[in-house]
Amino acid sequence: MESTIISSSNFNAYFGTNHVVKNVNIEIPKNSVIAVMGPSGCGKTTFLRCINRMHELTPGATSDGKMMLHDDDVYEMHPIFVRLKIGMVFQRPNPFPNLSIYDNVIAGYKLNGLRLSKSEKDRIVEQSLTRSALWNEVKDSLHKKGTFLSGGQQQRLCIARAIAMEPEVLLLDEPTSALDPISTASIEELLYELKSTYTLVIVTHNMQQAARVSNKTAFFYLGELVEYNVTKELFTNPKDSRTQNYITGRFS
Amino acid sequence: MQELTSQLVQKPSRVIVQDRKTKYTGRNIRWEGVFKRSLVITALSVLVLVVGIFITLVVQSIPSIKALGIGYLTGKTWDPVSDIYGAWPFLLGTLLTSFLALIISIPFSFAIAVYLGEYRPTGWLSGFLKNVVELIAAVPSVIYGFWALVTLVPLVRKLESAIGVAPYGVGIFSASIVLAIMIIPYAASLGRELIQMVPSSLKEGAYSLGGTQYEVIRDVVMPYTKSGMFAGVLLSLGRALGETMAVTMVIGNTSLIPDSIFSPGNTMASVIANEFTEADRAVYLSALIELGLVLFLVTVVINMIGKSIIKRFTHE
Amino acid sequence: MNKLNPRIKYRLGMSKLFHALVIVFAFMIAIPLIAILFFVIKEGITKINWNFLTNIPKPVGEVGGGIANALLGSLIIVLVAAIIAIPIGIFAGIYLSENKNSRLSYWSRLAVDILQGVPSIVIGIVIYFWIVKPSGTFSAISGSMALAVMMLPIIIRSTEETLKLIPFTIKEAGFALGLPYHKVILKVIVPCGFSGILSGAILSVARIAGETAPLLFTAFGNPYLNANVAKPMQSLPLLIFNYATSPYEEWHNLAWGASMILLIWILLLNIITKLITQKWKVQL
Repeated sequence: MESTIISSSNFNAYFGTNHVVKNVNIEIPKNSVIAVMGPSGCGKTTFLRCINRMHELTPGATSDGKMMLHDDDVYEMHPIFVRLKIGMVFQRPNPFPNLSIYDNVIAGYKLNGLRLSKSEKDRIVEQSLTRSALWNEVKDSLHKKGTFLSGGQQQRLCIARAIAMEPEVLLLDEPTSALDPISTASIEELLYELKSTYTLVIVTHNMQQAARVSNKTAFFYLGELVEYNVTKELFTNPKDSRTQNYITGRFS
Repeated sequence: MQELTSQLVQKPSRVIVQDRKTKYTGRNIRWEGVFKRSLVITALSVLVLVVGIFITLVVQSIPSIKALGIGYLTGKTWDPVSDIYGAWPFLLGTLLTSFLALIISIPFSFAIAVYLGEYRPTGWLSGFLKNVVELIAAVPSVIYGFWALVTLVPLVRKLESAIGVAPYGVGIFSASIVLAIMIIPYAASLGRELIQMVPSSLKEGAYSLGGTQYEVIRDVVMPYTKSGMFAGVLLSLGRALGETMAVTMVIGNTSLIPDSIFSPGNTMASVIANEFTEADRAVYLSALIELGLVLFLVTVVINMIGKSIIKRFTHE
Repeated sequence: MNKLNPRIKYRLGMSKLFHALVIVFAFMIAIPLIAILFFVIKEGITKINWNFLTNIPKPVGEVGGGIANALLGSLIIVLVAAIIAIPIGIFAGIYLSENKNSRLSYWSRLAVDILQGVPSIVIGIVIYFWIVKPSGTFSAISGSMALAVMMLPIIIRSTEETLKLIPFTIKEAGFALGLPYHKVILKVIVPCGFSGILSGAILSVARIAGETAPLLFTAFGNPYLNANVAKPMQSLPLLIFNYATSPYEEWHNLAWGASMILLIWILLLNIITKLITQKWKVQL
């Protein structure tokens, strides 16, 4: 159970000359939920985007250090390969506006040119939507455009789209920050379910969320990884005064 | 059926999919480079195209520049049969028609811009007007020319005999009227956009001080959009200078210096259209191309000035 | 209070007068349009029949004849121009929207601006020296090239403007699924902006379908039916120009009929463009 799937050593990320992630060393165990939290601008999202090499898409963004997926350095693999193995869900739901719900789920296959038989497609769509707890709501309108769904449904569709590709790791960048409380609850529930199959790394600025969903929590502050521990431990017995300050609300 | 589904769920096709993914990824990576390179090549080709146009015009003009020198542009006689080339009649003809067209068009394009931008930005009547303006821009030049030849030229001829000038009908005046109609859409639609960009807070300020609508337009909207309106006029001038077919059909095509706005003449574009395929000597052909070069340079400069003014306006 | 009244009356009167003048001048633009449409339809509609569409022009003095050569020619010339210009234009537009700040973008954008303002007759001259002179003959393909050059800036601009509006998050979604760059662009971004790109392409066709000047020294015209793009070819605008300026009544008739067909064609293209932008818009 406790085998490591992602580990970084001396990892740094920059926007131009702006040093936003400083010397991060972290080990992420398999089949667990890791929450990454911290005040806004602390580099948590940037670090997450470095894991599947989305960071480098921003002009002027660079990074150095090691980021290992199992025993391979992510930065020595081709980014396409990395992203096939490490899926991602974004802050704002971003279903493809020109595709139906059905096509959105299998977009990873379809757009990559991976041919699937009709039954395979149907199976993947049903399985992914079931796992993302959306199947019952959309099974009768699979051929409507994805953008007709509500925000929370769209986000679950995006999760279905990511897990349809069977990634090993799923990164979630504040997946509920644009959603209402009810949608948030259903997504949190979903994360709990997904833990058995995937490794989840979720960025959140919401402490309660981190405490509710994660096994381990990492606290970032000003680009540094300040503390990383089992969630319960981190919240009840923080080792660092900055963590203490944060979770007691002394700065946001 | 139930069995089959559960079987599939139990045994995810992960291994197979990963394998296939690997195969496709290799192919994808190769195409990525090809695609990026072809994007660069097409962007570069547009640049090369424009530089190529300029170089071609310059190179082909060299015989004329060498043989005729700078005096070519001020030479008052164009007589290819006697090997005399002076471009002044065409420069004058172009300037006369274009500026006359501009002067005629300004009240109309201004009125359309104010109406659509300020008085009535929506509604069926403005929708109608917008469509009319778009259609005016869509009608081909050659149809304007044909129409003008059949209906406008006789009217102008009547006017000319009424005021006692030689009733040619065709000539600079007729060409200017057609040109004016054709360039109205450019300044009008640009002007409308500019007027709609005037912050309503400014206008409200003026209204709250008791200004009438006319005063608000005169004292707030006009000063605010002044530079942009000027650019719009410049851009329509650029259009007018290069317009060929309609002008060629109604200007009368003589190479004599026009002595009034009613006399026939030629513009740079129309003389090229008329004589290019007849030019049988190297200098003759080259002299025509030099006109093309002048036309190119003038329109480029005018367009660049106009566009940079608009860019500055919209960024503020 | 009484003293102010005439002044205010005067100002309100001025305002009303100005409003009235604006309306009068603005709507006068409809006069030439209606006149043109009226004349073209009145003169054109009586000339168009089956023979008119399927025959080639008869020599001067003979009654009848049609414009089949110009119809076929226009179709071929414009089609070939579209085939050349649309892919290049879309690709260049993609480059510009993808590389907003590169040095090549700056220069390409400037080139597009310049190209948009180049008089069409000048493009005709240049293509003459690039294709007609080296090949030794006027040809339809050279006419298509000239028209393609005129289409490029319209397609490039509309593609760039359309793609710029597509949010970065959609692109991110594509990358996060492990799509390679070309598939993110061609299968995600371009389909999202499809209606904008398509209407730009059709609009560019509408703009050049009536162009005459660049064809004068390239496609040149041809009184006979010809489908060989390496040979001179007739086109509708060329036929209208040549026959409208001729002194023969019969040829004027052909020119009227051709004008009406050309006008209908261009109006249809404009209407299609509008329908596409209205109906097919992808909701972002």
